[in-house]
Amino acid sequence: MSVLVDHFDVFASGLWLTFQLCLLSAIGALILGTVAAVMRISPIPPLRWVGTAYVTVFRNCPLTIVWFFAAFGLPALGSNADFLRIPGLTSVFSRLGVDIPYFRFAIVALSVYTGAFVCEAIRSGINAVPTGQAEAARAIGLTFTQNLRHVVLPQAWKAAIVPLGSVIIAMIKNSALAGFFGLVGELSNSGVNLTSALGEPIIPVFIGVSIGFLIMTVPLGLLLDHLERRRAVAR
Amino acid sequence: MKDQQTVLYDAPGPRARRVTLIVSVIVVLAVVAGAYFLVYRPLDEQGQFSMDLWGPLIDPDNEVFSQVWARLRDGFVATLTAAALAIVSSLIFGTALAVLRIQLKALNKRKFSGLAAPAAIALRTLSWFLSIVSRFFVEIFRGLPVVITIFFVASALPELGVDLGDILWYLVIGLTLYNMVVIGEILRSGMEGLPGGQREAAEAMGLSSFQTTRMILLPQAFRIMLPALISQLVVVLKDTSLGFIISYEEVLRVSGQIIQALPEPNPIQVYAVVGAIYILVNYALSKLAEYVQRRLARGRKTAALPAEQPPAALAAEIEPAAKV
Repeated sequence: MSVLVDHFDVFASGLWLTFQLCLLSAIGALILGTVAAVMRISPIPPLRWVGTAYVTVFRNCPLTIVWFFAAFGLPALGSNADFLRIPGLTSVFSRLGVDIPYFRFAIVALSVYTGAFVCEAIRSGINAVPTGQAEAARAIGLTFTQNLRHVVLPQAWKAAIVPLGSVIIAMIKNSALAGFFGLVGELSNSGVNLTSALGEPIIPVFIGVSIGFLIMTVPLGLLLDHLERRRAVAR
Repeated sequence: MKDQQTVLYDAPGPRARRVTLIVSVIVVLAVVAGAYFLVYRPLDEQGQFSMDLWGPLIDPDNEVFSQVWARLRDGFVATLTAAALAIVSSLIFGTALAVLRIQLKALNKRKFSGLAAPAAIALRTLSWFLSIVSRFFVEIFRGLPVVITIFFVASALPELGVDLGDILWYLVIGLTLYNMVVIGEILRSGMEGLPGGQREAAEAMGLSSFQTTRMILLPQAFRIMLPALISQLVVVLKDTSLGFIISYEEVLRVSGQIIQALPEPNPIQVYAVVGAIYILVNYALSKLAEYVQRRLARGRKTAALPAEQPPAALAAEIEPAAKV
């Protein structure tokens, strides 16, 4: 067990990098997913097709393949995902600005993949709003965008928060794949390194990595259970 | 989905139809232009569309075409084998876990008042302890990334002296550990969601607690949760691709080998084809889940009002109109 004490800094910095990755990807996924959800319910057919195609492709494709495309496809398109070097953000999240692009690829892969699931969670929330609400809004003359902004989305948000939470938990767990796709210093990558390069015993390292992920996922899961129970009572 | 969509906006008038048409055209143009300038042009400039790269995959006359596809087929067979074994064992262990947790919950309520005080206390402590342990097991394996579980199963088991020979089994164990917990929770929530009268009626008939779970609750939970179980199948199929981390020769690993073996490496083309096959299979599975869900919903309705249900052919036409 001494590895947990001796290499505490490795685990801590791994956890911190994983946390950054998850935070940025969650923001990206929420933006992409909301846009896709609005597209999928919009009155304009081509927008709906684009949204549906996006969701179908990324929900049914293994994350591994999405990641391969982010890591091999983006360079082939001549991009190192430099569009993620957002001026203010790079000063807070230093890994965003470095020349080795794997952190940015990881964000792209995770947010694009998770965005599809976010879209479905939001849509399930929208479907949970009683149809009378939207009908009443339409009856008083609100347009499509007003209807969404003032009536449907605020209520859909409440119904969507629990499914959204499970999507984000799944995303945190998926982020462990980053370590196997060249993101050095991430939690799972540090764990693998400790066992293979430094020859540390496997089981303590496994426990350390597990604790790192459980710190992020279990409290979030408990919070969601709590929210779900409270909603069930309120109904 | 459909009904919510139609109430968000009115049936379009001439003006709205014109606006929709104009915006549609603009969107289509934007998508096509984006695809051309951002995807097609850069790829074309690098010669990614040349037949040298695509030939082995799509041209039957290519000399390596049949070899490539034979390897890909082996890879898919390996993927499906792992996925099938994992889903079957997760179903078995997941059901056992769900039954165990339901039984422990029932056991926790019992006071064992017929027994002597020390024995009763010991039994109650034991059942309390077991339910804590099972809860821990569930929370831990539900909260761990599957990649980590698979990776450490594959490296820790040999270290502990358990050598399973084939890498396949490490992958199956890793996938099972995660999915049994998920399936167990799906079934447990299905059983707990059943009307309380089911259990009470079974108990009134004199069935024991285990008999009630096995004969009354579990079959109904399976039925209600069938769509969720099929969706879990999609998840397992996708997660099987993580086998490449422990160098199990599933389709992604095989693709990597193909790419390296070809005279001109073509990762983008091979992964595109493999991804497309994955998408097709999983899309079919999720459609199946939707279909089963609809069938189940219809089944419940007929059970409630047998007389008023129109013939199935009519129902399909009536339903959308009735919902608007």
